[in-house]
Amino acid sequence: MAGDEAMIADWPLPASDGESGGFWTSARRGVLSIQSCVSCDRLRHLPRPMCPWCRSLERTWSAVSGTGTVWSYVVPHPPLLPAFAPLAPYNVVVVALVEDPSIRLVGNLVSSMDGAINEVTVDEHTIGMAVRAVFVPMAEDVALVRWVRA
Amino acid sequence: MTSIKDSSAIVGIGETPFAKKLEPSETELACTAIRAALDDAGIDPSEVDAMSSFTMETTDEIDIARNLGFGDIRFFSQIGYGGGAACGTVMHLAMAIASGQADVGVAWRSRKRGSGPRLWATASARIEDGYQWSRPYGLLRPADEIAMLTRRYMVEYGATRDHLANVALACRAAANRNPNATMYERPMTREQYFAARWISEPLCLFDNCLETDGALACVLVRADRAKDCRQSPVYVHAGAQGLNRQHNMMANYYCDDPLEGPAWTAARALWRNSDLQPADIDVAQIYDAFTPLILLSLEGYGFCARGEGAAFTENGALELGGRLPINTSGGGLSEAYVHGFNLVNEGVRQMRGTSTSQVDDARACLVTSGEGVPTSAIVLRR
Repeated sequence: MAGDEAMIADWPLPASDGESGGFWTSARRGVLSIQSCVSCDRLRHLPRPMCPWCRSLERTWSAVSGTGTVWSYVVPHPPLLPAFAPLAPYNVVVVALVEDPSIRLVGNLVSSMDGAINEVTVDEHTIGMAVRAVFVPMAEDVALVRWVRA
Repeated sequence: MTSIKDSSAIVGIGETPFAKKLEPSETELACTAIRAALDDAGIDPSEVDAMSSFTMETTDEIDIARNLGFGDIRFFSQIGYGGGAACGTVMHLAMAIASGQADVGVAWRSRKRGSGPRLWATASARIEDGYQWSRPYGLLRPADEIAMLTRRYMVEYGATRDHLANVALACRAAANRNPNATMYERPMTREQYFAARWISEPLCLFDNCLETDGALACVLVRADRAKDCRQSPVYVHAGAQGLNRQHNMMANYYCDDPLEGPAWTAARALWRNSDLQPADIDVAQIYDAFTPLILLSLEGYGFCARGEGAAFTENGALELGGRLPINTSGGGLSEAYVHGFNLVNEGVRQMRGTSTSQVDDARACLVTSGEGVPTSAIVLRR
């Protein structure tokens, strides 16, 4: 399934250059990395040049455990972009990282790295579920971060 | 120190018809609405010297001034962030007038959202901006982004779809008393609400606003001059903008507390500068691109405590005759969705006593712009 998605020409993908590039290229290597401040060590997301707490411009990418809990979820139905319409209804989740629950990532809940985004059923009990990141290669420079039950 | 408090008044409002598709251009629609607002006020267009609109507006000051024959313009501003801007345009004009920078201000919004493209459907292959964190996962539309906050809110506070329906039904009922509303003579029952198709669970079709072509405008002047205008003055008592700490537009998941959005920030500034407080508000026009924004805004603007927004909607509280009638022209959900500018004009009608859902002896009206984006709000009084 992941391979099929990568073949869909109009699947929207992130640019891997610029301020956020390290996140996507790290994910492509199978590592979840969050931007952090070299001066005060705090993680921050979304990536940006300046630390909002100590105003340092020194920044790096810190590998995190890739585990978290589901904060919320939705189930989109049409009308949708062509890449997603055949998969609807599917799930989208927001996951809070164990290292810092205020760091949250949008993703999908899947049964395995190769699972489709419409295979796992979500309900109120999904919130709070412990999950683990999986990395789905979508291009040479980008992998999407999805989540399986931990 | 100069304050905007009651130093200016809205003396004219104007609007075009609303429809899914209108033939005239956005420029023509804007001109029609602004002309109507100036006629309503009894003010000649050549007297206008201040203009405020939206950064998302396609008609610019030059266009409007050349069409309407304005003279020397001494103040012009545009407010960003789409649905967060409408009340901000009024506040900017009130500030310009209170500080002596200008005397006659026009604010407007013209949009062909009904027949134009859906912004979310114009995605590029490689996403450079903040959408790169959500669109690759199929979180595509504003409805999806707000649905994510809504589900969290429902689970955290025990809110149900019945609470969302309370909002949709209150707006629809008001629209059915307003012949200019898109949903006039199209009543809706709770059963119909629950039978509607999903857009993004937990939001169904009727949790989403309309898609509208149309334009609206209003005219502000100094309070001393307002007394001599054709209409009874509606004073801009207070106004505020709000952009809160670590906010992210719409997909506001990347902060400590995503359920406390810009409405809270705008509200703190608004009530600090207002003699009128939430308990004094007789009627409210609350931005309703999506039904859950009403629950969040009721909390943010202090009509109830955090987590109590859903319960607040019970027992017909939002309906005419209820504890806080809202969106008495039908709002974005059932009158027209023109980035919330129709809420401003309806606030003015309530203070004039000319609403089709008139609240008895209404003396103060809160108007808000979009929660979930950098926003603004005003308090109107008669």
